[in-house]
Amino acid sequence: MIAAAGRRVGAGLLVLWVAATAAYVALLAAPGDTVDSIIGDGPDSPLIRSQIIAEWGLDRPVILQYVDFLWRAVQGDLGRSYLLQRPVTEVIGAQLWPSLKLALAAAGVGIVLAVVLAVTTRRRWARRISSVSELIVVSTPPFLIGIVLLSVFSFHFGLFPVSGDRDLSALVLPALTMGLPIAGTLAQVLRDGLDRALDEPFAVTARARGLRENAVLVRHALRHALLPAVALLGWSFGVLIGGTVIIESVFGRPGLGQVAVSAVSSGDMPVVMAVVVFSAAGFVLVNTVADLAFLLIDPRLRRS
Amino acid sequence: MTVALTRPFTGRLGSTSRSRPRTGVAVAVAFLLLALAAAAVPGLFAGDPLAADPLRVLEAPSAAHWFGTDQLGRDVFDRVVHGARHSLSIGVAATGISVGAGLLLGLLAGLTHRYADEALSRGFDALSAFPLVLLALLFIAVAGVGTTSLIVAIGLAMMPHYARVVRAQTFVVRRAAYVTHAVAFGGSRIRLVLRHVLPNVLGPVPVLAMIGLGESIMIAAGLSFLGLGPQPPSPEWGAMISEGRGYLHVAWWASILPGAVVTAVVIALTVTGRRLQRRFEGREAA
Repeated sequence: MIAAAGRRVGAGLLVLWVAATAAYVALLAAPGDTVDSIIGDGPDSPLIRSQIIAEWGLDRPVILQYVDFLWRAVQGDLGRSYLLQRPVTEVIGAQLWPSLKLALAAAGVGIVLAVVLAVTTRRRWARRISSVSELIVVSTPPFLIGIVLLSVFSFHFGLFPVSGDRDLSALVLPALTMGLPIAGTLAQVLRDGLDRALDEPFAVTARARGLRENAVLVRHALRHALLPAVALLGWSFGVLIGGTVIIESVFGRPGLGQVAVSAVSSGDMPVVMAVVVFSAAGFVLVNTVADLAFLLIDPRLRRS
Repeated sequence: MTVALTRPFTGRLGSTSRSRPRTGVAVAVAFLLLALAAAAVPGLFAGDPLAADPLRVLEAPSAAHWFGTDQLGRDVFDRVVHGARHSLSIGVAATGISVGAGLLLGLLAGLTHRYADEALSRGFDALSAFPLVLLALLFIAVAGVGTTSLIVAIGLAMMPHYARVVRAQTFVVRRAAYVTHAVAFGGSRIRLVLRHVLPNVLGPVPVLAMIGLGESIMIAAGLSFLGLGPQPPSPEWGAMISEGRGYLHVAWWASILPGAVVTAVVIALTVTGRRLQRRFEGREAA
């Protein structure tokens, strides 16, 4: 058990290191002179340039700068934004909560909707309708779902605000937009899992004990069907991060995605790097937790 | 002649005998052919995508303008048809890059030394640990905004997906009898790989690429929606949706109808791809 857990944590750290290194290579490969990017529109003179080089340590060998970058990253210091002249962690920290709020709400919507769909649409025709709508939702670019929802519920019916992040009502449409594709995929997996679980001997036994079909479904089969769904946790985190980038732009919400897009457009590499390393860390964390949850849920995995 | 007799019974026979409704697949294939035709000769189906008519701004869909007009009075349907060339070629090029690179790296991982395999596989793991959109963003941050870097970004982001499949397939093929025989006959290594390993590794790749194409088209539309792809006035689908977003309160058609076309293409690719997958794997999926 401990060895298996240790191996998973180690693999997570490895991915994190690769992510940080990839981000650093991206920084080196980015076009333009670093000093130019830091100066931006500010005053420019040979003296200022040499000060910047000394301050940022740009005259040292690349390898030393890389090791220094890693060392500071471990301590939670991801550098300074070229444009905003503030520590990157501060820039990101300020935008973290709006994004996290959206991601959590979307995950909640997706999971609840998927479970309800998979459990209630057991009849043949309901199942067909449900799988067709799942296919449509999964094949629709998420930002289009957002635009359709915006058009119907904000512009036509005027139920929700068009943009911003003032109160809870502003969260409804973005969370629904991001939650729907997750629900679509998750519902398919859950439905397959339910089908398989209901064929198992334990389902027959439960029925033989006189349990009603609904009780067999919810109390017994659903638990087994949840196992493969837990495996999708990591995947859905990726969808959520990728989603925030685009959905925040559709709904004009503040957040990490907005920071990332504007940093990419303006060439503010430290911010781009930090967003990448940061979301890799989140991803690794979620995946490691999902793996460890597996070990707890399913004792068969502990032996290997 | 005896081949037919000794051929093992596969599930394929069983699955074709049970007839499933094929109309969905037929519609999907027809739609894809139409989209291809639009990409090849857009002039056949639609007029000038850049012709602006200031007197007919933001008009609702009608017989004259099937998809309505946008904020400059351009016909949205004309733009969607011409956009097929941009959007489809971005998707196809990106998929080409990811399949090509995936094949090469997957073969390398499957055929070379154990340590090389270990390093490459961990690399694939790390790459697929990132959300596709984020990887593509990182690449665009380095390479700059533009259509070419959009294509390469999506191609690289999707590469590990194919590389893993090819690697797994290579492990199966290299142990097959015909490969061991070919080794015994002493052909050159390159010939061995090209003649015997590669064609057999390719098996599942085309169908995967078809489904993957839908995904690349979707991501490309998303990134160009953010303004990281072809720039206006180019009639690329994502860029059109983004332009139309600003006029959503008065003209839903300018962004939602191009979006519906993107969705239709992705659904058609997925439906066709899944159908082919079921046929090749000889199994009937739910």
